[in-house]
Amino acid sequence: MADNPAVALEFKNITKTFGHVVANNNVTLDVRKGEVLSILGENGCGKTTLMNMAAGIYFPDHGSILIDGHPVTIRSPKDAYEHKIGMIHQHFKLVDIFTAAENIVLGLNEEGKYNIANVNARVSEIASRYGFNIDPKAKIYDMSVSEKQTVEIIKVLYRGADILILDEPTAVLTLQEIKRLFEVLRHMAADGKSVVIITHKLNEVMEVSDRVAVMRKGEHIATVDTDKTTIQQLTDMMVGYKTDLNIHRSEPVSPRPRIEVKHLSLRDKEGNQVLSNVSFKANGGEILGIAGIAGSGQRELLETIAGILRPEKGEIIFHNPKKDRPVTFYHKTLRQIKKLARERCFHYPDGSTVTFAGKSNRQIRDEVRREQVLFNGDEIMDLRYKTPLEIRNLGVKLSFVPEDRLGMGLVGNMGISDNMMLRSYRKGMPVFLNLVKPKKLGQEIVDKLEVVTPSLRAPVRRLSGGNLQKVLVGREISSSPKVLMAAYPVRGLDINSSYLIYELLDEQKRTGTAVIFVGEDLDVLMELCDRIIVMNSGSITGTVDGRTVTKDKLGFLMTKQVKKKQA
Amino acid sequence: MSHLGNFLVDSLALSATFIYGSTGEILTEKAGHLNLGIPGVMCMGGAGGCLMISIAMNWGVPQPLIALLGVLGALIMGALMGALYSFFAVTLRANQNVTGLTMTTFGVALMKVLMVKDDIIYLKNDRLAEAVACFRFPFAGRGDKLQTLGFMFFLAVIVAVLATYVLNRTRTGLSLRAVGENPATADAAGINVTRYKYLATIIGSGIAGLGGLYYIVDWMGSNEAYKTIEGLGWLSVALVIFVLWKPWLTIPSGFIFSVLYTCANHVSSISWINGTMEDTYLFQMLPYVFTIIILIVSSVRNKRENQPPASLGLSYFREDR
Repeated sequence: MADNPAVALEFKNITKTFGHVVANNNVTLDVRKGEVLSILGENGCGKTTLMNMAAGIYFPDHGSILIDGHPVTIRSPKDAYEHKIGMIHQHFKLVDIFTAAENIVLGLNEEGKYNIANVNARVSEIASRYGFNIDPKAKIYDMSVSEKQTVEIIKVLYRGADILILDEPTAVLTLQEIKRLFEVLRHMAADGKSVVIITHKLNEVMEVSDRVAVMRKGEHIATVDTDKTTIQQLTDMMVGYKTDLNIHRSEPVSPRPRIEVKHLSLRDKEGNQVLSNVSFKANGGEILGIAGIAGSGQRELLETIAGILRPEKGEIIFHNPKKDRPVTFYHKTLRQIKKLARERCFHYPDGSTVTFAGKSNRQIRDEVRREQVLFNGDEIMDLRYKTPLEIRNLGVKLSFVPEDRLGMGLVGNMGISDNMMLRSYRKGMPVFLNLVKPKKLGQEIVDKLEVVTPSLRAPVRRLSGGNLQKVLVGREISSSPKVLMAAYPVRGLDINSSYLIYELLDEQKRTGTAVIFVGEDLDVLMELCDRIIVMNSGSITGTVDGRTVTKDKLGFLMTKQVKKKQA
Repeated sequence: MSHLGNFLVDSLALSATFIYGSTGEILTEKAGHLNLGIPGVMCMGGAGGCLMISIAMNWGVPQPLIALLGVLGALIMGALMGALYSFFAVTLRANQNVTGLTMTTFGVALMKVLMVKDDIIYLKNDRLAEAVACFRFPFAGRGDKLQTLGFMFFLAVIVAVLATYVLNRTRTGLSLRAVGENPATADAAGINVTRYKYLATIIGSGIAGLGGLYYIVDWMGSNEAYKTIEGLGWLSVALVIFVLWKPWLTIPSGFIFSVLYTCANHVSSISWINGTMEDTYLFQMLPYVFTIIILIVSSVRNKRENQPPASLGLSYFREDR
């Protein structure tokens, strides 16, 4: 880079407040021509807000924005385009049933007659110039996330943007897709365009950017050259104090099988094979990671185990450690006990096998009540075709932290204590609800996990993602589960909240729970999990040891195709 | 002309009512407005047209102008209803279903009041015949059934084709479809969502209003028309689903609906059915039975392009993201 590089975009003393919240406080920052600049910071530090002001979504309260040294006023996305600034938002703004080209020209008022064939040609031209791979006539609903992102980027380029701002562009991409995106971004920078990426992933910052601007709590801390800094230094700037970047992984204590899935297959409503022949074992006292490109069947797998989806075939077996413990009528009927006795599952305290031969029902009941009938080994329960309620009534403590926090996990319009009640409202007296215990539990979670909320009764939908997740995980853990399944529990969370969740999962593992963790960040999976299974298009492509596996190996397994067995 | 010929021309003429009603509703729905007020809009359009005709005739305006003024009256009245709907649904963000049903109740009732009240709109039979004659261009004076196809019929076909062209082949159409599919995206792309929603609803309602006028004066030519027009409005709404939100398809499909609808009138002339009054009522059910069947069939379709606009029935607030 030249000694005195030209500045393309400059923020000068920008301040932006929302109500009493100061999102940006006196921020001064510049973006040079032909560089990739990373804006690094935790969630809620104001990095997206700052860039939104350049994109015309927000308008600064104080300060000015300069383009090529001249102050400009940007009041709408349209203004931004006129100043050749284009922003690719985290949530894509695309019309599903339109083609790529239709989305790209949407809202544009070009000279001349509207002719989609010309647009198609221009889109292809831009794509080939920067090395994108896209069919302008393809419909958005047929596209993968990365293709949709490509459409968004071309949309901005089509409008002639010289400054591209990408908000968390890698959050939903696979390793290979990220690599390709970075290549394209470098390419654009080399072409003289300025690229700004907003991110909180440190390794990506190091990989792609020329300079890094670190933000914390609405303020610009420093901008440093990437090759003159380290991950540790950046983290310290970002968090504001010395941090420990290691995820704690305790050694598994006497792992024993808890959940065993055998040859599980599932079809969705349209008849597509979502899971095919999935088999694995999750042990108590271990964290089992599930890696894979988003949508490879991870969510469906967990939902099937939790009893929400009905599998086509296969077995889901729960091992209940009952060796030498007496059977009770609490979870078993007399008929079930007699059946188990016929299968020789019980023994008397003296070691002889229980047969109940020639005994009346009354005598059997009596023996069971006196706790004379003991299990031989683990009790085996089949969870297949059981609803979540039936599973719970079996006495199986299964907790599920779903991906969709507000849809499936919590009720947005209810407060924390009411949400606690979702798990317990059946307990206690009929008709009347026990309101005291959920409230106490809610308070406990708020205190222990440092949930920021105005009150226990405030609707949870107003909480931030991190706080929501704490409430949800807190509730699921409070029932001291034997199996804890968590799908993308740190998605959208900042570093501190993420590490808290990792710590909670590890804590559960230490108490002997079988933890199943679906994650997207391979580094985290490798640091947190004892074993990792990798899924691709509904099949397991490999099971690896989390302590010894390499990232390349995981990446390879994630894209490996499993030959479909001929039916 | 043969019975069959009469029957088919009769049906063809009626199909214009459906074309107007459905094309209008499609334009509204493409902007994301599920306008269940279409029956009311058609009633009010009819009333507005009749009002204008009766005023024009009192003034002694020359014949061709009477028809044009009638069309104008229907357009304006329909558009006013559309504007009212948009005001509730866009500006006040009211629930679209409730707003639409209210518009229907309001429009139907108000028209009934206006139509039966002497000297306001009610055209006495001799004057009505005179008014109907104004709509007979271009086949006036042929003497056979073909003369019932007035200029408004051809206008309907043109409107439907034009609507298809605008929706699929112009920037305006692209923007309009984007508004109905994903208003947030359209907004971010610099499209004025509110303006599109208002204009599409107003224009669509104006077109639907024409259907009301056409039915009362051109097709029925009778003051009794107000009794049945609401049913036609509902059929038009159902037709929108049948044609998969494609305006040009309303031309053939409207004809199918009309055949079903008019066959009740021709039952008495079919010899092998001993056409009593009860039979007529049975036949009048046909279009509704057909509608139920197509609703069932259409609900199992799964091609993405043939689904209703994705944000149909939803209000859009920019801040609500």
